[in-house]
Amino acid sequence: MSMPTLPFAALALLFALPVHSASAADPSDWNAVLEQAQGQTVYWNAWGGDTHTNRYIEWVTEQMQREHDVDVRHVKLNDTSRAVSRVLAEKQAGNDADGSVDLIWINGENFAAMRENDLLYGPFAESLPNFALTNADANPEVITDFTLPTQGYESPWGKAQITFYYDSERIETPPTDMAELLDWAEANPGEFTYPRIPDFTGSTFLKQALIELSDNPEALYAPMEESDFEAVTAPLWAYLDALHPHLWRSGRAFPDAGPTLRTLMSNGELSLAFTFYPSEPAAAVAGYELPESTRSYVLEGGTLGNVHFVAIPYNSPHKAGAMLLANFLLSPEAQAHKQDIDVWGDRTVLDMSTLDASERERFAIDESNPAMLAPEALANTLPEPHPSWMTALQEAWQERYVGN
Amino acid sequence: MLVRLAPAITMALLVGPVMAGLAMMLLPAFGYLPVLGGETLSLAPWRELFAQPGLGRSVWVSFSTGLVTTTVSLSIVVLFLAAASGSRLDRAIRRLVSPLLSIPHAATAFGLAFLIAPSGLISRFISPALTGWERPPDLLIVNDAWGLTLMAGLVLKEIPFLLLMSLAALPQLNPAQRVMMARSLGYRPTIAWFKAVLPALYPLIRLPVYAVIAYASSVVDMAMILGPTLPSTLSVSVLQWFHDPDLTRRFMASAGAVLQLGVTIAALATWWGLETLARRSMQHWIERGNRRGGELPLRIAGRGLILLTTLTAFAAIGGLALFSFAGFWRFPEALPQDFVVVHWLRALPSLQSPLFTTAAIACASTLLALVLVLATLENEYRRQIPPSRALWLLYLPLIVPQVAFLFGLVVAAESLGIRPQLGLVVAGHLLFVLPYLYLSLAEAYRRLDPRWFQLSRTLGVSRLRTFFQVRLPLLLAPILTAVAVGLAISIGQYLPTQLLGGGRVTTITTEAVSLASGGNRRLIGVWALVQAVLPLIGFMLAIGLPRLLWANRSGMRGAP
Repeated sequence: MSMPTLPFAALALLFALPVHSASAADPSDWNAVLEQAQGQTVYWNAWGGDTHTNRYIEWVTEQMQREHDVDVRHVKLNDTSRAVSRVLAEKQAGNDADGSVDLIWINGENFAAMRENDLLYGPFAESLPNFALTNADANPEVITDFTLPTQGYESPWGKAQITFYYDSERIETPPTDMAELLDWAEANPGEFTYPRIPDFTGSTFLKQALIELSDNPEALYAPMEESDFEAVTAPLWAYLDALHPHLWRSGRAFPDAGPTLRTLMSNGELSLAFTFYPSEPAAAVAGYELPESTRSYVLEGGTLGNVHFVAIPYNSPHKAGAMLLANFLLSPEAQAHKQDIDVWGDRTVLDMSTLDASERERFAIDESNPAMLAPEALANTLPEPHPSWMTALQEAWQERYVGN
Repeated sequence: MLVRLAPAITMALLVGPVMAGLAMMLLPAFGYLPVLGGETLSLAPWRELFAQPGLGRSVWVSFSTGLVTTTVSLSIVVLFLAAASGSRLDRAIRRLVSPLLSIPHAATAFGLAFLIAPSGLISRFISPALTGWERPPDLLIVNDAWGLTLMAGLVLKEIPFLLLMSLAALPQLNPAQRVMMARSLGYRPTIAWFKAVLPALYPLIRLPVYAVIAYASSVVDMAMILGPTLPSTLSVSVLQWFHDPDLTRRFMASAGAVLQLGVTIAALATWWGLETLARRSMQHWIERGNRRGGELPLRIAGRGLILLTTLTAFAAIGGLALFSFAGFWRFPEALPQDFVVVHWLRALPSLQSPLFTTAAIACASTLLALVLVLATLENEYRRQIPPSRALWLLYLPLIVPQVAFLFGLVVAAESLGIRPQLGLVVAGHLLFVLPYLYLSLAEAYRRLDPRWFQLSRTLGVSRLRTFFQVRLPLLLAPILTAVAVGLAISIGQYLPTQLLGGGRVTTITTEAVSLASGGNRRLIGVWALVQAVLPLIGFMLAIGLPRLLWANRSGMRGAP
């Protein structure tokens, strides 16, 4: 029996070499993927600006090494679009099989841009064994990214939602909608702001405001070209023109990114801020950054939420390893660990109905932490508009407020 | 063999990549980038660029930052040199300034921001007692629209550089004799220095001055931390356009990179024009023969200003340290409620591997650069050729803005099939380490008395052995200082590491900058402090080793 397998193995090895670097593993043959992934080094490009996230990724790295013999390396980005431009530069140079990025943490406009330029590998997501746990039929958000169908080109990883937080020693009743926010800012000048556009948290604030202020919010869920941009966004600019003089630094400068809001809260410069990660305020209290009087909430009409994904570039030389990693990220074990507030606190994308009782228990949310958002608040989620709106809003904002 | 070929190799290593990078940038700037469907040359990228909101402002801030930073730093250095008389205070100042050269720009910028922000250390110390502030005042200090904070940060870093360059060049001018001569004609000491030494010194430090102009007008990391934001400096805007998810923006980004090159050249040309003006008015001043006017204010300013900037820089680093141990810290308390080590404990495990990579890259690039620089200088000496004009090209990587050629260089390397990796990063660092190493070593090398080697040769010792047994030991102190400068330059590199390593090569600096996007001051404190201390160790060794090795030879211990 063993005699003929030897030459076969040698042959397979011969073929495996080019296959390894050039063509991809077939995701529908999971056993082959498992086999190919062994010993691969997967370069995972993920935003590295947050220690909680970084520590979670470190844990994933250890698990992948131990359970699957896959060496995962976290490439820390300060902006996801860096990885996009990296893959583009490789395509430009004709490097179609030996790219430097194997997996990207991605969503929204970056995903749209990569798809448009054929920079992604797929479809693979729906072939991942753990994908079934997301129950995509009942939860369309795990296969929709800013209104675009993902078509299997990215695999869901976690959920984010705009969450406001404030220092309860300074504010008794925080504003609960955009109109109240304006009144509040007028009464408390310099104590609120949003990140500078084109930062994605800042851009999300624009969309949040637009959805609430526009007479025609349905238009936002179709490509921007199909509607009258000026007419739809006019209420937003009127609102911002009124709001800016009352912002931090009188709206003459804006913080550079979402997490900077937290620093400004920590320094006492702001009294009210928001984040994309519902558990960030609670985690910051634990890290001595925010006072224990910090409280979280979402706006009355709900806030924007989205799912973040992982995707594989078309020229990744380690697609099997990347798929194995994407599958591990969807496992109940990894998802429960991620949702743990002491680890990261990022919400799961799994559908609890697909899990058995003991697994479900691990996803229970600790409500005793006063800075933590109540879990039912997250039911009030507004879906993301079409990505074309994000780009158009960013450009219009810059035209209005940069350099004047 | 190596010695003879060294100048050519050095030149090729420095000029080749810059030129290749520029070429790969010029094509897309005029619409040619087949991957994105740009197949014909057009001016569309430029039209798009000039339609960008706030572009004029960006250009102006970059341009003025280049000139103002250089004027201020050079004035402070020159004033100090003029006023310094070798007193104990002067020597102390000199000793304080030189380690500042090794502190990376990013760490200095973070420290300065922590110091002067409305919620920063200074504001905390004087509040509420002096100011009545219970909350941080709503003042736009860091990121101000005129780039003043950015200029201040750059001045802190450029003073040590220009001072060390001047100190290296001064001895060949015999400044003491010149001043003595002028004093015998009745000039007060500071005025004497200005009139008799400065005109001869300036031509010798011209190249470093030009490097400062180019650097300040195109700096990226410091501008991201301290610079204006609405709009940002041109270099930062270009970087953002390159990283825009809308990939068609890369055409415009390339045009912006070419524009950045133009702005830097314009700043250099303006400086050159100002030089001519300054020379003329200096001439008049010297010829008028005024011997004492302004002596006292010049003297006070000379010491006062450099002391102020140096102490600011040290306070900034101290601020980093304070934040890295801070527990919760509400404004306006001057100190945190409690001190905790948890920030350090959490960072330690993730520090190890970047520390190792940083050290490996710094050592490799510095060693390579050292060999090439020594061989180039030795070749100059052996063939008795004066430093050739072509050596200007050595400074190409310092004059051409990083954003203008690094992106193109990545594409060029990819087309040659060179994948991002450690080796490529080392080669990239070499571009910046080598010129600085050359700058800091060349004068000492040329000044060394040639009779030592003639003597050695008459004793029948080969040229190679003379080099190793006579020249190197005699030059130990300046070589070690140059090595320390090289290590510091390598450790501080952000953009080359990030781009040429494809993000896979993580150093202390790339980690610090990516963590900075998280905005956690305590964490930034930890990483920036590590980033600042690492090159400092190199400097301590550079100063300490000769003293240790030459404990019984006072003439060989090098200048403090």
